[in-house]
Amino acid sequence: MCETTSTPKFATGDRAILPEGASTIPIYVMGKMYEVPETLTIMKAMEFAGFRFLRGAGCRGGICGACPTVFRKAGDYKLHYGLACQTVVEPNMYLAQIPFFPANRASYDIEEMSGLADAIHALYPELFRCVSCNLCTKACPMDVDVLGYISALKQGNIEKAARLSFDCIQCGLCASRCMGEIPQYHIAQLARRVFARYIQPQAEHLKSRVTEIEAGKYDQMLDEMSGMSKDDLEKTYVDREREPDMVEPGSWMPQDRQYL
Amino acid sequence: MKISYYPGCTLKTKANNLEKAAVASLEALGIEVEEIDRWNCCGAVYSLTADDLIHHVGPVRNLIRAKEMGADKLVTLCSMCYNTLARANQLMKDDEVKRDTINRFMDDEIDYSGEVEVVHYLTYLQEQVGWDKLREQVKVPLTGLKVGTYYGCTLQRPAEVGIEPMGSYTQMTGLLEALGATVVPFNAADKCCGSYQVLGAAPGENSAASAILNSAAGAGIEALATSCPLCEYNLGKQQQQMLEKQAIEQGVPTFYFSQLLAVALGIDPELCRFELNDGQSLELLKSKNYLAAA
Ligand code: FES
Repeated sequence: MCETTSTPKFATGDRAILPEGASTIPIYVMGKMYEVPETLTIMKAMEFAGFRFLRGAGCRGGICGACPTVFRKAGDYKLHYGLACQTVVEPNMYLAQIPFFPANRASYDIEEMSGLADAIHALYPELFRCVSCNLCTKACPMDVDVLGYISALKQGNIEKAARLSFDCIQCGLCASRCMGEIPQYHIAQLARRVFARYIQPQAEHLKSRVTEIEAGKYDQMLDEMSGMSKDDLEKTYVDREREPDMVEPGSWMPQDRQYL
Repeated sequence: MKISYYPGCTLKTKANNLEKAAVASLEALGIEVEEIDRWNCCGAVYSLTADDLIHHVGPVRNLIRAKEMGADKLVTLCSMCYNTLARANQLMKDDEVKRDTINRFMDDEIDYSGEVEVVHYLTYLQEQVGWDKLREQVKVPLTGLKVGTYYGCTLQRPAEVGIEPMGSYTQMTGLLEALGATVVPFNAADKCCGSYQVLGAAPGENSAASAILNSAAGAGIEALATSCPLCEYNLGKQQQQMLEKQAIEQGVPTFYFSQLLAVALGIDPELCRFELNDGQSLELLKSKNYLAAA
């Protein structure tokens, strides 16, 4: 995941520089104390301290799930969880990154499944090892009701599971805490796929658009454009009809409607 | 009237015929059914190991959901859910030390000490509706149907949570008689169906189940009524295989008591989901002309 270098004298890349007079706080990364500027995220603070993320960091925007952190605060028995790229450091937090947690993913062909939960139960029989301890929900940095969607799947309710797990970013903290050794986040992903493929109503307009595309409705236009010189293409782009900003919804229509 | 209701996982899947018929019947009787929010598995089997408290967390969490909703009673249908919930409830009421440990572990929930009463559907009907009132609501009397009441183990054992004492079958008898059926006693009424032993037995070779069916058939019983999905699986879903292996001489169609209730109340048979029963169950009702009105 990371390696330490000596404390930086110069800012490199997006590494934080300590402004003159800024106050620092002590944090403990894997048991070792570092003085880091307050107000930084855990990820920035670790980089400030000299760690370099080769893995365990991705989007830095709270959406890829690569950077889960587990931490405790001095004198508090409770475990806390967060995303390193989103969670701000606190004085005397004891933290470790859990960038990956092993969890088996079943292989399946979505086209051979159905909208019934039996297939999900067969692929992940460990689902029934759940004892409703709720440690998964407590561990989720996205506040997903993990026990709720696991329960929904045991009840055969794929739609409920898909909706409850929608915010999951697959960080794996739920699986790291599960006493039933369940790979929750993989099961939730399967539930969302089954929901989208077999249960959710299909969008009719999308279907008809795909049919049009497949029938070649746009081929000629695309061929013309790909044959253009760079200058002509730029001109076409600049001259294109464009919906004005802040226009009243539904009040604007392009002149050229042949592809609508 | 309105009740807080705990369904259970199996009732949403393999035993949906138990649930759908029961809920539709309550609604036909003017009782509003409110499924508790965010319920989880009941635990299925009550853990008997003295220091194994983690397996009580699931049922207690459901009781907390009911308490949060302000319910004083939680009605449930499946015998196994009933048993697990009722026993966990009793533990939380009676055992101060374990209650404290469980409440501390569930530090994400409000404390619980047995405030909600777990009530089986049959008991609820008997106490809140009453058999005389129910009889007045019957549209299709099950006249001429000889039924055996099969309680299975978990509705009556142990005595502290049993809906009535061992060997006594007054609740289901009261219900079935109100529906116009004739209740016929049989020797194996209190025998275990084989429960999870069936997992180790070849299909149709569960001798505990075949003994019950033979005893019922011998007493002239045409239909068995139960409230347990596992009993129904062993007695009903395995019947064709038992017939093929000649473990039983004749089939005895099995029903959930709620299905017979719904039929007698004239509820749309679609809601009874007979396709989840063994095929002969629906055949029997048709041959008796009970479904003609619907
Ligand atoms: S780096 Fe993507 S969620 Fe933190």
